[in-house]
Amino acid sequence: MMQLNCPCCGLRDEAEFVCGGTTHIVRPPLDATDQVWGEYLFFRENPKGPHLERWRHAQGCGQWFNLARDTVTHAILAVYAVTEPPPR
Amino acid sequence: MNYSAWSLLRGALAGHRNWSPAWGSNEPKSRYDVLIIGGGGHGLATAYYLAKNHGITNVAVLERGWIGGGNTGRNTTIVRSNYLYPESARLYDFSLKLYEGLARELNFNIMLSQRGLVLLAHSRHDLDSMARWANAMRMNGIEAELLTRDQIAALAPALDMSPDARLPILGGFTQRRGGTARHDAVAWGYARAASKLGVDIIQNCEVRGFIEENGRAVGVETSRGSIRAERIGIAAAGHSSVLAKLAGFKLPVTSYALQALVSEPIKPLLDTVILSPGTGAYVSQSDKGEMVIGAMLDLFPSYAQRGSFCVEQAIIAGTLAIFPTFSRLRMLRQWAGIVDVVHDSSPIIGATPIPGLYINCGWGTGGFKAIPVGGWTLAHVLATGTNHALAEPFQLERFVTGRLIDEAAASGIAH
Repeated sequence: MMQLNCPCCGLRDEAEFVCGGTTHIVRPPLDATDQVWGEYLFFRENPKGPHLERWRHAQGCGQWFNLARDTVTHAILAVYAVTEPPPR
Repeated sequence: MNYSAWSLLRGALAGHRNWSPAWGSNEPKSRYDVLIIGGGGHGLATAYYLAKNHGITNVAVLERGWIGGGNTGRNTTIVRSNYLYPESARLYDFSLKLYEGLARELNFNIMLSQRGLVLLAHSRHDLDSMARWANAMRMNGIEAELLTRDQIAALAPALDMSPDARLPILGGFTQRRGGTARHDAVAWGYARAASKLGVDIIQNCEVRGFIEENGRAVGVETSRGSIRAERIGIAAAGHSSVLAKLAGFKLPVTSYALQALVSEPIKPLLDTVILSPGTGAYVSQSDKGEMVIGAMLDLFPSYAQRGSFCVEQAIIAGTLAIFPTFSRLRMLRQWAGIVDVVHDSSPIIGATPIPGLYINCGWGTGGFKAIPVGGWTLAHVLATGTNHALAEPFQLERFVTGRLIDEAAASGIAH
């Protein structure tokens, strides 16, 4: 079981959080083609390895934050604010 | 060698030295008519139906590990066809019908046990939604039967039927043709039958890249050299996105871990499959006597074939809520498989954006029951270049056109 370091509440058990999936997805303009809109809604990198994703501390402060996490080892590589750019 | 009572007797008299390997162990050739990536149930079934239905035998199945070592060996062995929409009903019932004749067809005992699948309703709302579900199935020509509380008590006496239970059981419905099958035997049976028809089964062979010429996939680079083929099929479940990335396209798939666990073996107690959507409990008893318990998804992307303890705790709590007598059972094993979940919980069977490359994926938490039809339909498109009628609604384009077939409610496992 993972422990995530909530930027507001500190280290808490995974069970307190919900994952919101891939982060940094940019919504296309409303006049986008069906192809672009479909890709925006459904198509994902789904990487095996480091993944940038959104989490919410649902049973704590309620805040959304970003996580860089390895999908194989589940190691947390970085925790950063939703407004921050991805770490390099 | 054909398996029969006679061959068993002959083996017994000869000291069991007459048995030959069930499938060949092949070195990869440099060229095949069709390559299949993934030696799970779907890949092996594809190879078998390519040979059997279409006469294409110059086929190789490439498996990174050992055959049936992925989700085929990690599921809870349930087969059923209780889906909501006509497209899915046709697809999954075709699969169940193939399962019904499979042991005879493959000459391999897949231990299909149509012990029935019972879904429990714990509230008035559950009763309504299950009536809708059962009616939808009957509209699609698939048998389903609403059950009263007393009928359920008679079917599974171990259930806690007391009116003051935390989640009282008010009724439910059953698909009596549902049940279980021996998961490994399905992989081994298809492997043996395919091998017998001339298919090469190549284990410990990881695909590391695709060879493309003029935008067309013409082969793969593997850990055992490059192999070329006229057409290539992917049947890699949770690793579909990894292969798609190697080929240069994206899928509407997210990979999650799905856990299951088994208890120590006990005497026969439960001769049906119980699914309680309210608690997430999905329980059957194996022929060995183990209680087999399926969990809900660990709801974050993962390629680790293990699950979170909190999910395991939740599913055990849910199971104990309906089967309090299990509280002293010791759990023997716990594991997870990586499942390929798409937004409408329906599969993708057909062409990819890369010419020459086809895919069968997106079965998510329900791939085992679909092995025969997944193989049948992928083999059809690989052999003919056109979609099988059953697979026509399940194309990748639906995520652009918006014509989704949303089976989230019938997929049985909390998404």
